[in-house]
Amino acid sequence: MRLPSYRYRAPKTVEDAASWLAESPGDTMLLAGGTDLIPNMKRRQQVPATVIGLRGIAALSRLDTREGTDIGAGVTLTTLVRDERIRSKYQGLWQSAAQIATPLLRNMGTIGGNICLDTRCTYYDQSFEWRQAINFCMKKDGETCWVATSSDRCLAVSSTDAAPALMALGATVRLVSALGTRDLALGGLYANDGMSYLTRRPDEILTTVHLPEPAGWRSTYWKLRRRGSFDFPVASVAAAARFDGDRIIEARIVLGAVASCPLDVPAAGTRLAGQVLTDDLIAAVADDAYALAKPMDNTDFELVWRKKTVRSLVASALRELRGDDMREARVRLARHPLLVVS
Amino acid sequence: MKLRLTFTVNGEPAEALVDPDKTLLEVLREDLQLTGTKHGCELGECGACAVLVDGQPLLSCLVVSHECQGRSVVTVEGLTVDGRLHPLQECFADLGASQCGYCTPGILIAAKALLDREPHPTRDLIREALSGNLCRCTGYQQILDAVEAAIVRPGHASARDGRGGQS
Ligand SMILES: Cc1cc2nc3c(=O)[nH]c(=O)nc-3n(C[C@H](O)[C@H](O)[C@H](O)COP(=O)(O)OP(=O)(O)OC[C@H]3O[C@@H](n4cnc5c(N)ncnc54)[C@H](O)[C@@H]3O)c2cc1C
Ligand code: SF4
Ligand code: FES
Ligand code: FES
Repeated sequence: MRLPSYRYRAPKTVEDAASWLAESPGDTMLLAGGTDLIPNMKRRQQVPATVIGLRGIAALSRLDTREGTDIGAGVTLTTLVRDERIRSKYQGLWQSAAQIATPLLRNMGTIGGNICLDTRCTYYDQSFEWRQAINFCMKKDGETCWVATSSDRCLAVSSTDAAPALMALGATVRLVSALGTRDLALGGLYANDGMSYLTRRPDEILTTVHLPEPAGWRSTYWKLRRRGSFDFPVASVAAAARFDGDRIIEARIVLGAVASCPLDVPAAGTRLAGQVLTDDLIAAVADDAYALAKPMDNTDFELVWRKKTVRSLVASALRELRGDDMREARVRLARHPLLVVS
Repeated sequence: MKLRLTFTVNGEPAEALVDPDKTLLEVLREDLQLTGTKHGCELGECGACAVLVDGQPLLSCLVVSHECQGRSVVTVEGLTVDGRLHPLQECFADLGASQCGYCTPGILIAAKALLDREPHPTRDLIREALSGNLCRCTGYQQILDAVEAAIVRPGHASARDGRGGQS
């Protein structure tokens, strides 16, 4: 499978990248680690005329933990999981990043690319010839959505592991274009639409992810995938809560891979605030999340079962936040301990 | 228009006039005739194409040629020095860790990168480091055994320096 022809440009600064991107935003794409874009280009799912390679922009690879944490969009997942401060301060983020793809892919893949990861679908993540044989689909080159033929929108799955974890931790992102800079809550970057899954304008570059100081917060990430070694999530849960002793002051739960964007569970916040995590409360919040999850039949595993797993993933996450020893349950799910070569 | 690529391959300066749309994997195999690196899934899913770039194991099927300019690449061919196999290669041969051999170059590269960073990894850590390399023949046990054997094989610590050591 060969790459299609494209023009390659390598800016050294964000300013240059932004002004080059502004020249023709509609047919230009940004290349970070390439672990999503390059396979997609090979399969002709994405065929940008111009590719702007970001790896030469040193400012994007900074990881700064002085006031809260600023993670440059170009920081690789390997750098992130090897960082002791990330591991100790933002456990949920570490757990999510350590389960993304493979060590080789994490050496290439960046946090910015993960946040902007294309949505996925069984009818879309296929070679050109395969897609041609089904007359393509709404997301690229076709008209019908094969997952729900009456659907007027694409239902492809948000498959980023880091985004739910970052949202639960209250992340904001910075977008830079030739017109200026804007900061927004990470949740605001997403839309529940498999085609227009980002509210990022095509002329904008994601430069930084900011995380607040995690004083009093505990966080965790639970992921269901087919193989123990690596696989995209088919259901996942990020949970974070700020505690005063046993009592929760505030909490956020975000679901991954059960919609076209990471799904915030607002009921979790209201139900958990001011409470102690009892088994009954955990069950109620797990039900809230279950009701919200809308997995479609376009990724691995049977969808009714996938929806059910959301309930147990939320329960596991909350029990871990409560301080229950969940190590065995985690190994049972992942089939090995979470490790990284430091 | 062709792209003039100037970089370092297995410790030697290399120059090639390549089709700019090629990946590093295609440049290595087609322009430099280094066919040790294998062409598997081409999509990042199998690890057969792993090479060291500036000391880090990457998937050459996903690296565009433009981004190789000036960098240092080590392929499986570069593990052998003066006709002497790398201890990992000896252990793979001795312990039957290679059957059809298609996954072997990528696994040797991933394992070398691991031992460069962590000379005494546990079996779990070896398993993790190789978790992006698929093997359809061996069932993995012999591969893990061979990497473990290489940890104590003489010559490992001095393993071919200046060639893709830790960056
Ligand atoms: C076999 C395999 C398994 C994988 N498993 C997982 C998994 O389990 N979980 C998971 O989350 N991901 C997985 N991935 C996807 C991918 O490896 C990661 O999401 C990775 O972090 C993507 O980052 P990248 O830098 O390689 O992105 P790229 O491919 O470079 O870019 C991805 C997208 O983001 C855009 N982009 C990149 N940087 C910016 C920026 N600064 N501003 C604006 N847009 C930008 C690109 O234009 C592109 O659309 C897997 C990939 C493969 C091939
Ligand atoms: S959800 Fe429908 S439109 Fe979207 S990629 Fe899948 S088949 Fe195509
Ligand atoms: S050929 Fe590169 S990962 Fe399979
Ligand atoms: S030896 Fe055949 S794939 Fe590993």
